[in-house]
Amino acid sequence: MAGCLKKGLFKIRKNRKIAKDIYLMILQGDTSAVTAPGQFVNIALNGFYLRRPISVCDLSGDMLTIIYKVVGHGTAYMSKLEKGRHLDLLTGLGNGYDTSCSGDKPLLIGGGVGVPPLYYLAKKLLEQKKHPSVILGFNSREDVFGEQEFKALGLETVITTADGSYGISGFVTDALKNFHNYSYFYSCGPEAMLKAVSDASESSGELSFEERMGCGFGACMGCSCKTKYGNKRICKDGPVLKKEEVIW
Amino acid sequence: MVNTHVNLSGFELDNPVIPASGTFGYGYEFAELYDINILGTFSFKGTTRDPRFGNPTPRIAECASGMLNSVGLQNPGVDQVIAEELPRLKKCFRKKVIANISGFSRDEYVCCAEKLAAQEQVGLIEVNVSCPNVHNGGMSFGTCPSSAAEITRAVKAVANHKPVYLKLTPNVTNVAEIAKACEDAGADGISLINTMLGMRIDLRKRKPVLANTMGGFSGKAVFPVALRMVWQVYEAVRIPIIGMGGVSSTEDVLEMMFAGASAVQIGAANLQNPFICKEIIEELPAVMERLNIQNLTDIIGAAHS
Ligand SMILES: Cc1cc2nc3c(=O)[nH]c(=O)nc-3n(C[C@H](O)[C@H](O)[C@H](O)COP(=O)(O)OP(=O)(O)OC[C@H]3O[C@@H](n4cnc5c(N)ncnc54)[C@H](O)[C@@H]3O)c2cc1C
Ligand SMILES: Cc1cc2nc3c(=O)[nH]c(=O)nc-3n(C[C@H](O)[C@H](O)[C@H](O)COP(=O)(O)O)c2cc1C
Ligand code: FES
Repeated sequence: MAGCLKKGLFKIRKNRKIAKDIYLMILQGDTSAVTAPGQFVNIALNGFYLRRPISVCDLSGDMLTIIYKVVGHGTAYMSKLEKGRHLDLLTGLGNGYDTSCSGDKPLLIGGGVGVPPLYYLAKKLLEQKKHPSVILGFNSREDVFGEQEFKALGLETVITTADGSYGISGFVTDALKNFHNYSYFYSCGPEAMLKAVSDASESSGELSFEERMGCGFGACMGCSCKTKYGNKRICKDGPVLKKEEVIW
Repeated sequence: MVNTHVNLSGFELDNPVIPASGTFGYGYEFAELYDINILGTFSFKGTTRDPRFGNPTPRIAECASGMLNSVGLQNPGVDQVIAEELPRLKKCFRKKVIANISGFSRDEYVCCAEKLAAQEQVGLIEVNVSCPNVHNGGMSFGTCPSSAAEITRAVKAVANHKPVYLKLTPNVTNVAEIAKACEDAGADGISLINTMLGMRIDLRKRKPVLANTMGGFSGKAVFPVALRMVWQVYEAVRIPIIGMGGVSSTEDVLEMMFAGASAVQIGAANLQNPFICKEIIEELPAVMERLNIQNLTDIIGAAHS
């Protein structure tokens, strides 16, 4: 699955706001190192010592899309970058989701900025003639993004908001109750959500985790976690782990 | 043609560039990226007698021009390193490697040193004395001249004639005094600096960023402090020094050597740019020519009057 990382300059083609504090950036460059949905890139930012890990949201030819939330100084800096500027990226990082496990009707469950990697995953599953459904959870109406894009792929897409201002009121697990007969699930989002999804799910599945990273490519042991299959590095052996191996 | 060769107590290096322990794993992550045989050598991840998971996460925090880590010596233990990591490394690295060892007691150091010194792939033993001594109230071996000397003697006795370099912590009042104590106890060389103790607080959570509260500060920001310590140790001892701390460019390598380093390690910069060592090695001859340096060995300590 995971190949070899590449380091290269990408040109910013687009960088615009799509929801409250949420930005979409399209980057053009050598994307050949990206081999699976759920992988991430690690972005060097001027004036910041560590790179910022962000999931691949979409990929088409040499165009790579990311969606990121402004949560601190680094992402605030990113949101102000103008198109035409170049960014230094490490690409092809992480294992990514294993689409061969999905069965015919996988369920994709994303929360907040865990939604973006599921988009590229959905496209890959569709290419393989599978029939995914999607549950996306947000805090409030103003945070919602991605609904139209998933629907445009022709997928059943259910939105939940914690405050009930849009879609189903509650968490993704409240929507999950209405789904049965799914063959597998893929999830990405805050850890509390991942645990709730793992507990409530009726099938096997895969979950994508976050950790603070030093390198992002397996060299520093900064991002280790314990699993039932031994110690793993979130950046290299993850970020995607199987439901069965996670120690909560 | 300039000459980039250097020598560490008989260990010949094609060039002085050495990835530092803890930032280069056991080599093969980088071997996927470039031919690591171009390196002088590298220092592998700090290895202990028993396998260690290390500290809880978060283990990494960003700082201005640097980073904190509290990895806590995660490693598979010396037996597994010998059984699995070294054979795997052999497939992609034909040079001898620096074995970086750690321990929480004298016996642990001795155990690791003895086993690793017997490995043909090991060219030098680098003894990290920054760890707390569990038999001495947790005080680091490297902060007390007599403890550092004791570890030096103990490791030397089992080192199978391989060079033993003591890797010193900067978290002391007088680093030259510790270095001198190691030299007197038979150390073949000194490596410095390890990381400086630091911390950050997450204002939103009102808690330290690192789960371990404190961690080791390294990266570009520490370069002047590291350079100063290499300078001071060079004045105090006659054995070779491997200089490190914040080195991020070819010029930094040369500054370290002018201050007294016979070779230079590069740590955190590998995490930012996995190709940094390769880039520095490729650039080194041109920068030497520009600065009229024929033989790299000529500049070791040359800034001292
Ligand atoms: C594999 C992976 C994929 C990710 N994908 C996305 C994505 O698609 N969209 C998105 O918006 N965010 C994503 N994140 C989270 C994103 O990396 C952080 O929000 C971002 O690094 C914050 O940077 P900052 O400078 O704004 O925040 P600050 O808090 O100022 O950052 C300080 C340091 O902490 C690190 N950090 C802070 N929050 C996180 C976090 N949640 N995870 C890891 N490191 C963190 C930063 O990288 C930086 O080193 C992902 C994280 C990981 C590990
Ligand atoms: C993530 C990380 C892990 C480290 N692990 C070790 C280790 O296991 N043993 C050791 O002697 N030094 C370790 N160090 C210290 C480095 O080898 C080096 O001495 C220090 O970081 C200063 O160099 P730098 O500023 O170039 O990083 C580690 C440093 C980092 C950043
Ligand atoms: S971040 Fe360095 S090993 Fe994962």
